[in-house]
Order: sequence, then structure tokens, then C-alpha cells
Amino acid sequence: MKATHKPSFRMTSGAVGTYSVLTIISFIMIVPFLWMISTSFKEPQNIFTYPPQFIPATFRFQNYIDVFNLIPFHRFYFNSVYIALLVVLGTVFFASLSGYAFAKIPFKGRNAVFLVLLSAMMIPHEVTAIPMFLFMRELNWINTHLPLILLPIFGAGGIFGIFVMRQFFITVPVELEEAAMIDGCSRFRIYAQIMLPIAKPGLATLTIFTFVTVWNEFFDPLIFINSRELMTLPLGLSLFTDEVGTAWHYLMSATVMATVPLLIVFFLAQRQFIEGVAMTGLKE
Amino acid sequence: MKKAGKRQRRGPLAREAQITGWLFVSPMVLGFILLLLFPLGLALYMSLTDWPLLGEYRFIGLDNYRHILSDAMFWKVFGNTVYFTAGLVPFNIVLALLLALLLSKSMRGIGLFRTAIFVPVMTSLIVWAIVWKYMFATDSGLINQVLLLLDIKGPAWLYNKDLAMPAVIVTSVLKNVGLNMILFIAAIQQVPRSLYEAATLDGAGKAKTFFNVTLPMITPTVFLTVVMTVIGSLKVFGQIYVMTQGGPNNSTKVLVYYIWEKAFKMFQLGYASSLAFVLFVVVLVLTLLQWQLRKRWVFNEGDA
Repeated sequence: MKATHKPSFRMTSGAVGTYSVLTIISFIMIVPFLWMISTSFKEPQNIFTYPPQFIPATFRFQNYIDVFNLIPFHRFYFNSVYIALLVVLGTVFFASLSGYAFAKIPFKGRNAVFLVLLSAMMIPHEVTAIPMFLFMRELNWINTHLPLILLPIFGAGGIFGIFVMRQFFITVPVELEEAAMIDGCSRFRIYAQIMLPIAKPGLATLTIFTFVTVWNEFFDPLIFINSRELMTLPLGLSLFTDEVGTAWHYLMSATVMATVPLLIVFFLAQRQFIEGVAMTGLKE
Repeated sequence: MKKAGKRQRRGPLAREAQITGWLFVSPMVLGFILLLLFPLGLALYMSLTDWPLLGEYRFIGLDNYRHILSDAMFWKVFGNTVYFTAGLVPFNIVLALLLALLLSKSMRGIGLFRTAIFVPVMTSLIVWAIVWKYMFATDSGLINQVLLLLDIKGPAWLYNKDLAMPAVIVTSVLKNVGLNMILFIAAIQQVPRSLYEAATLDGAGKAKTFFNVTLPMITPTVFLTVVMTVIGSLKVFGQIYVMTQGGPNNSTKVLVYYIWEKAFKMFQLGYASSLAFVLFVVVLVLTLLQWQLRKRWVFNEGDA
């Protein structure tokens, strides 16, 4: 990554300092990625070559193909993608529907209910995971994707979504809704045809957040999934790490493939994401 | 909120609002009851039992909690968790603040720096941990190879009980510092320009302006971010699982790792639940503190 392009000649010493600090820190952030990509193309014997080579002597594309033979990588991929899509769709629908109701429909107890839901966000996941494991076992849902799909939609992730969406809907003027009601629109139509289009920026923020969270989720797959074919990328990769030991060229090709889609999403939606983070003040 | 009250008196429309309102929120309320409230209650009950994976559970009152107090491993993981948190939080906050200050001005190439520092936040924690496990690898790792260029023989970072935790801390800070940086940049950009102009007129230097203008104005954000980062640190798990598996010699075994091990490797579900409740209480206290601070500092957040 090129840090300083064409600085003006009259840079003050302060600016030089600023650029140097930023360049060093950015470099530290980016180097692992470069090293990861570099290693992913290396011949196994070149991994230990000293001094370190950033541009491999010979490129071995075969690493990428071998990964698929060593682990059901395409299954991990498919599972991660489809689970993330379902969770995003579910969260966007249910959280925005609730968020709309909490913001705009004056029903009895809505503020109390909203506060109770919000406070549930502080329950650490690790506390509910243990009973949830028993619960899922009773339902025979262990080693299925159902917990990985339903827990984020209707659990803490969904509640976070309600919070985000409510913030958006609350700023919409009441007049808009009242006009539609006079025209005889049902609440659901108001929600679907008036509110949702207005809330696009909120939906975008929520979509990105949810996607990233689900794509990276590790704890739940770790406790609910046992068989390889059902694993998601993070879990599959951590298992692979244990198995291949120091075959870093394989491991790095796998991590490159696992990282790229997320980075594409990020670069496409960078502005919305960063603004979203700043606005909602953040979770974790 | 007040408007809502007025509108409730409108007869049929009000009744419709009761029904539709509840209907719209019911899936999430149901989810809350089944997936959060019920498990929370059950976890509390389980923490008072000896609950094996198979066979009957046995109610044992507060025995699990008593056992925690005398469990040497608990104190070990508790200490490690505190060590991780105490190492990560100041490092993360100071670095994020510094970066935010440098990146909140407008200058050339700023977007590039912001992106570079934010990219790890977007990367999967597991991927990041795997890559850093490789960076820290004893022979093939980049860090030791670079050290070798300087004629230093690097240590076995992740296999040394004094170095493993610092290595995990560095990995974690680099992963998340961009998130806090963004929050700080947003806060800094909201400081009214007039304050800076006044400071300049008064002849205040850069350091003075920072300590007397910027810092006081962004204190609320800094405090909220500190609390959030502390809570996140107390729950650290993924990077430990990938990089060290709690080793060497339990030197990186943290609370959540211990809970996971007790619950899902040893299947002592009752004891694991009591450990999880200890975590819950700590997080609860911190969250309440955060809410208190928010109430005092963050204006009009509720009706924003």
C-alpha cells in the first residue's frame, strides 16, 4: 500500500511526523495480508526460506486447488454464504418490522417492552449458550444449521437490529403515515411501501453489520456443529489449522479465499459501514 | 412519546394500534423469551446443580459457587483475563485516540490510511488469528525472520508462557483498534469549530488545545468506548482458541475459554453455568455503569 502520494513540497515537520506514524501503523496492518497472499502461492520448501520473500520465487497456484482436496472447503463456503444470507434477510425483515412498531405504532407498553429487549443485549452469549445447547439437543437440532440461523435472527443480533431500525423510523415525520392512513392503507402496507424505502440507509447499515457478524461467528458453530460437511468457514479454518500444522501455504490459500468476499463487501459499502459504526455507536 | 399518548385516545384507530403494534413486535418478543430470557433463567438454575451431559442432574445449592472460590484454575483464568484486559484496553484506547487525532484533519491520502487501519476490523477474527499465529511462528514466522535480519534470534512467541499473552494482546489490539478509531474520529469531528478558533486566538499550542478543548469534549465517547472495550476483552475467546488453545502451561487460558472447556469438553454443565454467571455479573455491573454514564452525557439519545 502506497502511503504518501505526492506530498506538497512545503510539508511542515508536523506533517512529516504525522505521515510517518500513519505509514508505519498502516504498514503493520497491511503486512499480514501481503504475507498471507504471498505465502498462499509459495512452494512448501520456500516457506522457511530466509531472508523472507514477499514475492515468491515460483508461484504455485496448485495450493488453491489442493485445499479443496484436503478439506471440504467448498462446503464451508457454501454453508457460510447461505447462512449469512438467510440471517441477513430474516434480521432485516423482523428487526425492521419491530423497529417500525416501536418507533411509530402507539401500543400499550411499547416503551417498557423496548427497554426490556434492549437490556437483554447485555446478557453474555456464553451464559445462554449452555442451556441453549440442551434446548437444541432436545429438539434434535445439534449438528444442524437451525441454531446458527435462528439464534442470530431472534436473539441479541436481532434486538440490536431493532435498536438500529427504531432510530431511523423515529425521525420519519408522522404526517407521512397519517396521510397514508387516511387513504386507507394498512399498517403493513405503510411499513412495506412507505417506511422501508425511506429507511434504506438504516437497512444498509443493518445488512452490513449482520453479514459481518454472522460471517465471522465462531462460538455457536463450535458448540452446535460436529460434522465437517456442516461447518462454516471460521470453524472449518480453525479445524484445518489444527490439522495441517505448519503447512502454511495451504492454510494461507484457504484464508485468502475466506477473506476476499468480505473485503469486497467492505470496499463496496465502506462509506456506509464507517458511517454506520459512527452513528450507532457500536456493539460487541 | 408524548404524541403517542395523545393519539391513543382516538377510538378504533387506537385499538388497531394495540393489535398491530403487538403483532409486529411479537416474533422478536417471542424470540427474546425463548432464546434469551428462558435460557438465562435455566442457566441460573443449572448453576445451582451438578448437571452432567447424560443422566440425572442434582440440585446442590451454592456448592458450585463455593467451589469457584477454592478452584485454583478459576483464579488462574481470572488473573489471565484481567491481564489480557489490562494490557489491551489502555493500548487500544491510546492508539485509537492517537490515530483518530491524526486522521481527523483533512489531508492528502487520509482515506487510504483510514481504510488500511479499518480493514482488520472487517476481517474474520479467526482468519486474523490464524495469520498472526503464522506471523509469530518460531521459524517461518515473519516477525522472527525480520528479527534475524537484525541478527536477533527470535523467541518461540506462542510457546513461551511469558510471551504468549502479550502476543495475543498485540494481535487483538491490531484487529480492533480501527473500530475505536472510527468512533473517536466521529466524536472529534463533532467538536464545534468555534472552540478551536477561540483556542487559537488565545494562543494555545497543539498540546494545550488537545488537553483543554478536544479531550474534554470527547470524554463521553472515550468513557463509553473504554467500557465497551473492557466488556469485549472480558469475553475474549476466538483468538485464544486459534493461537494458543489456552497454553502454554495455561498462561493464556481466559475465563470464556475455561467456561467453554468445562461446558463443552468436560460437560460439567452446572459448574460451567456458575462460571458463566460470574462473567454475567461482571458484565452487568459494567453495562449499568455504561448506562449511567450515557444518561449523564449523551444528550437526547432516546429521541434522536
